Amino acid sequence: MSDTSAPTNRFLAHTLFVMRQNPVTMLAFGLLGFLILCAVFGPALAPYDPLASEGAILQPPSAAHWFGTDQLGRDVFSRVIVATRLDLVISVGAVALSFVAGSILGSIAGYWGGWYDAVVSRGLDIIMAFPLFVLAMGIVAALGNTVENVIYATAVINTPFYARVVRAEVNIRREAGFVQAAKLAGNSDLRVLALHIFPNALPPMMVQVSLNLGWAVLNAAGLSFIGLGVRPPTPEWGIMVAEGAGFIISGEWWLALFPGLWLMLAVFTFNLLGDGLRDIVDPKQRR
Amino acid sequence: MASRARIVGGRLLQAIPVVIGVVIITFVLTRALPGDPAAYFAGDAADEASIQQVREALGLDKSMPEQFLRYVGDLLRGDLGTSLSTGQSVLDDLARRLPASLELTLTALILSCIVAIPLGVMAATAPGSWKDHLCRVFVTAGVSLPTFFTGILLIYIFYFVLELAPAPLGRLDFIFIEPDPVTGFYLIDSAMARDWETFWGAAKQLVLPACTMALFTLAPIARMTRAAMLAALSSDYIRTARAAGLARRTVLMRYAFRNAMLPVVTTLGMVFSFALGANVLVEKVFAWPGIGSYAVDALVASDYAAVQGFVLTMALLFVALNLLIDLAYAAIDPRIGFDGA
Repeated sequence: MSDTSAPTNRFLAHTLFVMRQNPVTMLAFGLLGFLILCAVFGPALAPYDPLASEGAILQPPSAAHWFGTDQLGRDVFSRVIVATRLDLVISVGAVALSFVAGSILGSIAGYWGGWYDAVVSRGLDIIMAFPLFVLAMGIVAALGNTVENVIYATAVINTPFYARVVRAEVNIRREAGFVQAAKLAGNSDLRVLALHIFPNALPPMMVQVSLNLGWAVLNAAGLSFIGLGVRPPTPEWGIMVAEGAGFIISGEWWLALFPGLWLMLAVFTFNLLGDGLRDIVDPKQRR
Repeated sequence: MASRARIVGGRLLQAIPVVIGVVIITFVLTRALPGDPAAYFAGDAADEASIQQVREALGLDKSMPEQFLRYVGDLLRGDLGTSLSTGQSVLDDLARRLPASLELTLTALILSCIVAIPLGVMAATAPGSWKDHLCRVFVTAGVSLPTFFTGILLIYIFYFVLELAPAPLGRLDFIFIEPDPVTGFYLIDSAMARDWETFWGAAKQLVLPACTMALFTLAPIARMTRAAMLAALSSDYIRTARAAGLARRTVLMRYAFRNAMLPVVTTLGMVFSFALGANVLVEKVFAWPGIGSYAVDALVASDYAAVQGFVLTMALLFVALNLLIDLAYAAIDPRIGFDGA
């Protein structure tokens, strides 16, 4: 069997150990819980309607409006909270798509090799030959300016990372003893690949997932900042920063600051989580 | 030396299929842009016949393979088409704006290397110390900052509150006269003309956008330097060097650092990819007249020749840069060393 079948309780114990050792990782898990809470219950938590004018325009933060109001009198705090769901859906959707696509492409390329491997590897090289944000811009512009296309574009530019990790992990185990044993026991190639080899690639991929989530959030927000993807008046962090940018030079800082900080918090959480996960899954990185 | 030439030649050959792939993808992407460029180019008042005329003039009525061949032919002649929104040749537009983007990106990368590499070395020499933790938090915060947000924040602090920075409107305040374009880099051109006032004017405009981008690219470089230094410091040859009683500084700089630089140089390729992408956002925030802001305007106007030219230029720039990095790798790899050290 593969080497991931270590007892689950030992893994849990190790996870707890790492978290105790590293309070930063604990903080990251706490922040993640908070973000998920905002994403799930966002509209219920928000004190005002994110799309309706609720008061005087361009009011600085106050007790009634914690993050102030924007140029249309909408409550910035409510908009920031409600936007959490959309931003997380985009990034989680994109990362999930690229995880699946990368796993399939990478597994086949690593296991069977040959011309298929050559085609996949060159294809990935070509994607990586573009500055990735620029490619995402091109894809969204070509497919049409919608949220789904932002997800697809982000998925495309993330896929090479997963495919390469999986390809390498599968390739080095192709001839391993446990693989040959599984084959001799009468398992088909596909079964061996999916159940015996592929699970070994999961630990490094989980680290990649966490780091990529942060990057996907940044990417989606960046695209909507330049006017691609999400469109106003939908609350989304990138757009809110873009709209707030016009007011910053006249001193209304709260319009851009709070959505920007929130966006930063989300990315920061995913990045810290990635570092923590690396400590959990990769014993070599442990100190 | 012969083997080095072969490595270089082989690396150059490897770039060819990538360039072909880039051209194909660029073509496919931009032909799928929504909106009818012919209708846009003909203007609002045009009737069906004149739109058709424009469509034929642009070759848009041909089949896709024919359009592609025509496109490749034009490319080989150095013709990227005409921008629908500026009415100029795309190649001229890009050539005029590219130095602005490059000046910004390169300044930012140099800045970020100057800060990140010592930071990574410092963290690696004392793993687990407060310096290391500081480095980690700093680096994670840096990579979590959306570039467009950092830019806006810096504008607010340094322009609106402290009034130290000039208005974030382009490369040079209008009170200065543009230096004669030699390299297209305002800093170099004005320094060559010994026009120090213009030099300072350009430098002031450059500081904020360059810092914005440097903050973003700091993280991967510092992180990689730290990891590579840790790996180098725990290797056998360092133990040997230490056992031989070499000075700490010699061990650190001459043996560990030089080997640790290899993976860092490789990471620079990735960092450059991020930087070119971030460039688009930073240019928009600071109204920087580079190719990034050109592309954003073109996207809004469905100006496919301009978008195509931009994506292609960026990709080719990046391919060329990776080529340079691989060649630099061969140059600094102590195992292939020029000096035989």
